[in-house]
Amino acid sequence: MSQKKYWQSFGEVNDPENFQKKSQDEFREELPFEDIDGKGLLDAKAPRRDFLKYLGFSTAAAAMAASCKTPVRKAIPFANKPENIIPGEAKYYATTYVQDGDVVPVLAKVRDGRPIKLEGNNLSLYTNGGTTARAQASVLDLYDTNRNRFPSRKVGNKIEESTYEFLDKTISAAIAAQTGKQIVFLSSTIVSPSTRDIIAKFPNLRHVQYDAVSYSGMLLANEASGFGRKLPSYNFEAAKVIVSLGADFLGTWLSPLEYANGYTKGRKINEKNPEMSKHYQFECHLSNTGANADERFTHRPSEAGAVALALLGALDGTVTAPALADAKLKAGIAKAAADLKANSGRALVVSGSNDINVQTVVNAINNAIGANGTTIDWTRPVNYRQGIDKDVHDLVSQMESGAIGALLIYGANPAYDYHDAEKFKRALTRVPVTVSFTERWDETTELCGYNLPTHHYLESWGDAEPKTGITSFIQPTIYPLFKTRPYQTSLLKWSGTGTDYEASFKAFWSTKLGSEDAFNKALQDGIIMESVGTGGSYTSGAVTTAATAIGTQKKVGKHEVVFYETVAIGGGAGATNPWLQELPDAITKATWDNYAMISMAKADELGVNYKKMEYEYYPQKPVFEFAIGNKKVELPVLVIPGMNKDTIAIAVGYGRGEKLGKTAAGVGQNVFPFTTFNGNTVDYYATDVTITDMHRKHKIAQTQIHNSYEGRVEVVRETTLATFKKNPNLILDYRNKLVENYAKSTGDFRKEATLYPDHVQPGIKWGMSVDMNACYGCGACVVACHAENNVPVVGKSEVLRYHDMHWLRIDRYFVSDEHNADDLKGVVFQPMMCQHCDNAPCENVCPVAATNHSSEGINQMAYNRCIGTRYCANNCPFKVRRFNWSDYTGADSFPDNQDQQLVGKLDPVVFQMNDELTRMVLNPDVTVRSRGVMEKCTFCVQRTQAAKLDAKKENRILADGDAKTACQQACAGDAIVFGNAHDQNSQLSQIRANNPQRSFYVLEQLHVLPNVTYLAKVRNTDEIIEDKHHATKKEEHEAATGEPEKH
Amino acid sequence: MISCKPITQKLTLTFISLIIFSGSKIFSQDGKALFISKCQQCHNVFKEMTGPALGGIESRGPWGDRKELYAWIHNPQGYMEKDPYTQALKAQYNGQVMQAFPSLKNEEIDAIVKYINDTYAAGENAGKSGPGGDKQAEKASSDQNAVIFGVISIILAVIALILMQVNSNLKKMSDDAEGIQRPEPVPFYRNKVYIAMFALIFFVIGGFYLTKGAIGLQRQTNYQPEQPIFYSHKVHAGINQISCLYCHGNAWESKHAAIPSVNVCMNCHKTITEYTGTDKLINGDGEEVDGTAEIRKLYDYAGFDPKNANAWDASKAKPVEWVKIHSLPDHVYFNHSQHVRAGNVQCQTCHGEIQEMDEVKQFSELSMGWCINCHRETKVDFNYKDDKGNKFYSIYEKFHNDIKSGKMDSVTVKDIGGIECQKCHY
Repeated sequence: MSQKKYWQSFGEVNDPENFQKKSQDEFREELPFEDIDGKGLLDAKAPRRDFLKYLGFSTAAAAMAASCKTPVRKAIPFANKPENIIPGEAKYYATTYVQDGDVVPVLAKVRDGRPIKLEGNNLSLYTNGGTTARAQASVLDLYDTNRNRFPSRKVGNKIEESTYEFLDKTISAAIAAQTGKQIVFLSSTIVSPSTRDIIAKFPNLRHVQYDAVSYSGMLLANEASGFGRKLPSYNFEAAKVIVSLGADFLGTWLSPLEYANGYTKGRKINEKNPEMSKHYQFECHLSNTGANADERFTHRPSEAGAVALALLGALDGTVTAPALADAKLKAGIAKAAADLKANSGRALVVSGSNDINVQTVVNAINNAIGANGTTIDWTRPVNYRQGIDKDVHDLVSQMESGAIGALLIYGANPAYDYHDAEKFKRALTRVPVTVSFTERWDETTELCGYNLPTHHYLESWGDAEPKTGITSFIQPTIYPLFKTRPYQTSLLKWSGTGTDYEASFKAFWSTKLGSEDAFNKALQDGIIMESVGTGGSYTSGAVTTAATAIGTQKKVGKHEVVFYETVAIGGGAGATNPWLQELPDAITKATWDNYAMISMAKADELGVNYKKMEYEYYPQKPVFEFAIGNKKVELPVLVIPGMNKDTIAIAVGYGRGEKLGKTAAGVGQNVFPFTTFNGNTVDYYATDVTITDMHRKHKIAQTQIHNSYEGRVEVVRETTLATFKKNPNLILDYRNKLVENYAKSTGDFRKEATLYPDHVQPGIKWGMSVDMNACYGCGACVVACHAENNVPVVGKSEVLRYHDMHWLRIDRYFVSDEHNADDLKGVVFQPMMCQHCDNAPCENVCPVAATNHSSEGINQMAYNRCIGTRYCANNCPFKVRRFNWSDYTGADSFPDNQDQQLVGKLDPVVFQMNDELTRMVLNPDVTVRSRGVMEKCTFCVQRTQAAKLDAKKENRILADGDAKTACQQACAGDAIVFGNAHDQNSQLSQIRANNPQRSFYVLEQLHVLPNVTYLAKVRNTDEIIEDKHHATKKEEHEAATGEPEKH
Repeated sequence: MISCKPITQKLTLTFISLIIFSGSKIFSQDGKALFISKCQQCHNVFKEMTGPALGGIESRGPWGDRKELYAWIHNPQGYMEKDPYTQALKAQYNGQVMQAFPSLKNEEIDAIVKYINDTYAAGENAGKSGPGGDKQAEKASSDQNAVIFGVISIILAVIALILMQVNSNLKKMSDDAEGIQRPEPVPFYRNKVYIAMFALIFFVIGGFYLTKGAIGLQRQTNYQPEQPIFYSHKVHAGINQISCLYCHGNAWESKHAAIPSVNVCMNCHKTITEYTGTDKLINGDGEEVDGTAEIRKLYDYAGFDPKNANAWDASKAKPVEWVKIHSLPDHVYFNHSQHVRAGNVQCQTCHGEIQEMDEVKQFSELSMGWCINCHRETKVDFNYKDDKGNKFYSIYEKFHNDIKSGKMDSVTVKDIGGIECQKCHY
């Protein structure tokens, strides 16, 4: 028996009364009202007369603007219309998002010649049509104003525009002149078979692959274990028991999209026979994956090897691990080992460590539990993340010694993310010919002699082979915007071949697939699957050495730091993308920054007073200096529950160079220099860090307490599998009680429990279902919503003022013991968007009827009618309405509306998003909202309307799945299902009918009749939760009165 | 100025129909519709176009035998292989062969031939009827009525004023006669009651016009700008009966009707190099325009030399910068295909008698009230009498039941949500 509490901020746990009181204030910052006491109104800075002056002026200005002559508009048709283009109709082209080895097969939606949105490719079986936040955001990179627009070379210290003809000649000659010296192509992992072919045919070219966040420990361990230098495919769907040793496989580890897809299959519950996979997580900080684990144990980064070894020891008893101090951790290992043993052949262990020894032990564990061939597929090794740290290390040494004559760089940025970037920079000056093919002025490109920017992938031809036998194709969706050229063409030209990449690529595949028709078919589908060979077999030779090495590894420090990737920014590739910077982190809900995550115990030790309401209420966070050796970084700290006591976690990928533009510059600090090379691989943790209080504060823009439910607790429903089996009708009982209390005579809660008449939907009734068991908080839906609905980017300063505009947010709730917030039982992610209530409280408070109900059950918002009273937002119990405080998109007809003098100037990034080039990403079917207007989720009405029109054109009934919302399309876990609730056979109706015990409406007792159902989260633990005392009492009170309980 | 007369039905009956239903029975007016949609892109009854004139077709070649005609229309290429007459035609028309219409039923071909024969016999161009005149007359008469009523009101008001003055004068005289002392009457222009009354009237009338003017801002009914090429819809869609969708085919597929690209113009104008029509082309200022000169302007854009027609390269054409007439605000979503294809609305409903316009002007005010009114009144074909309605609407069970039980006689666009905000604003 245990009791639990759901909470979003420490203030809510420790100081609930004050939290309630404060969260009622609409504005948390100081408002710019002049103090008028004693001085009289006229002495104030903005007295009444000024007000009248402004009023008069604005009226006159409005009248002037309105009486202006209508401009003469031109309508210019095609001169010679291509046959397959229909102006105004979107076309979809299969292509592939490839970034640093991340491969996501996508369909690019092209409207009137410009790609505006990416959707997952449903033909891709291994991603099942899902996408990631970064893939969704990549369309914005195409229109980035900071892309390199022409080829250039350095003359002295100046950068001079050049031509490809000239550079081809110059560079070929320069390379040819490097006799006796090596020519090296340094790149991130190349997954393209046709490019690998080009590189292989380039005479005397040495290819070194380098990944910002490396997996070489795993590659080398697999080689030592007899599988070859390969990374396998993991079948998470086949695993009944999953043990992750610090691998963030739902967030950032290797191929999270694919894993989330497989993982989901084991996590969705059939109510009649509730079974699900069991997920143990051993980790140092609270990761995205850890947040979704059933049971979670923490350890120091330096103990990763010991934990793996202890697990192996518990499984086969052949090895003994160094002693672990934490009793809870030890018990956890024993429990996980027992579960693994019991599920031999249906179990999987993965590790996020980059240490050869740890990975060797993990291979031994997987061998012991029969994972090879069942949950681990060695026949389809993956081709991403193939960089070997030692190769790069050797290369830098050779560069320093002057052995390298020419260095060609694509996709790699060692001047920023190499563990010893200073050494790399020094070494680079010793290389006579340095060429960068990078799209932007990143830290390495700045130092190179030549820059020949390559195309964005949406402008390119190409291919990607994420796994052996699975190839996904890239085809251009827009004519290159700038004077860019594929880097493959440069390689072809300089190797003496006359052709360009397009011709070479087509020839390569036409030959390989046998005919041009087969090639065209493959391009159209975007993906081909071929049969595969066999994998290697396991040899245990390396385990003993690994075990010994782990026993004698470096000492444990007082404070240890672990460096991790965030879902949005990754190794730094996402840093230039405003959508990704503004995507709140799944755990911390912070935007536009990196910071040090510390445990509650560490906060007490450092004197951070996080328990008071004020800690989260105000954005100022204390700044500490973290020093490792002679390297120092100053970062604000965030206190997070469920962290290892002595571990500090800092995200890599921030602190980018000024030349990358307004989005990336000045955001966070770079911590790559703190990673260390251990002789074989790079360690992404440090053990001997010293911490100094800098006695200053830094503002972090977190979104977690922007919206308050005013103390109502029936927002999330979560339980354990054991509790659910024991008492499956907990939620149903609550709902039945509502009927008892409010609909005594008819039993119809919908009709009887209200004074308002019922809305009738004669045809379609749109609805949504969100399975919280399949939501891992990755944020792909949030970015997809950004792209689809022209949601503006507001910048850090505006997020700080609670002006974020996300139509869809993912609420994060910590579930902890009632009395100990640090005893984290789990984290619940709840996507929260407009619930499209049939009895919507926003609708009846609007004085101008700008928001009202449609006959399809959609709560509609007419922007042009809105006068900005914000009554609706204040009356919305879900806090999903967003007000345009400023003209973020430049949509107003008044020219200087973005110039705020009095309060809060807009961030430069907002203006960057208003650039003519960047605005090309806007969806022409969705209004760009202007200042002073309320907006919110529309259920992607432009998509439902389009789907209906298509059905009418084809003279048929609307089919299930014709209309998919952007969030639904983006979701890797299929957590979101949208459809017609009146269609009994729709997936939505089926889910609602088959899950009566888990279905709930958020705040159902308010009788707002939402059209979004949620399925309660179930964690697979044996714990029986008895929350009668806390929640149910409160619920009964609310069920009886409809009012939140007053404290 | 929200006025929408039920002109929709009238126009539907009188003007060219775009959408053709192939029902079980074929009527003679279907022949006309079929001719317009299938044939007139290339054929005219009286004169040669891309293809031969069709008048008197049964007296030529093998077409006296209807079966031969069916075979030819269903598969011209196949038919031509063994038929010398059509082979000769091919040679005559620069090697161009007629498009195949395999889906055209025999009865439909009969209807087309009947229409051709009837029209040929009547000796006049089809579609040149004058119900548009009715409407104009109607509009003019309603305008006249307004003027008459206004004048009468003013006269009556003046009379009332004079009578009041007379009344007060008489009263004064009678008072004088009876020797009653009364204060000197205030002249009417200083009478506070009168001043207040005039002020009130001024504000009401002034307010009405101010509001009306404000609402009308940015509305451009009757906007008739000068275009880079004097393109006459009257000549193309009216006299020559080219289907609207031949050039504006995009309206069938997409939200934009789209102006045709130069290569579409050149489909016909490769051979039609001069304007030989008998109707004069009159521009908005009432001046006559030289049609042949306008065709030459097109050639300039297309980069086409009529003397060396075969050397023309379509990819070298320059786009024509037309002046946009119909503009909707950015916050309005309008989809042509929704109206033209799903809703079976005629082009003329919104664009007026476009086939009578030499120079296009905006016919409708394109205001929200105008849209809404039409959505209130337009009926949706709800599949309740025959199988012509769109199957999409079969899910509206309640309405189908109500129609069956007689509770409703028809379903309007409004009933299925046509006047809700987010049908057009999102």
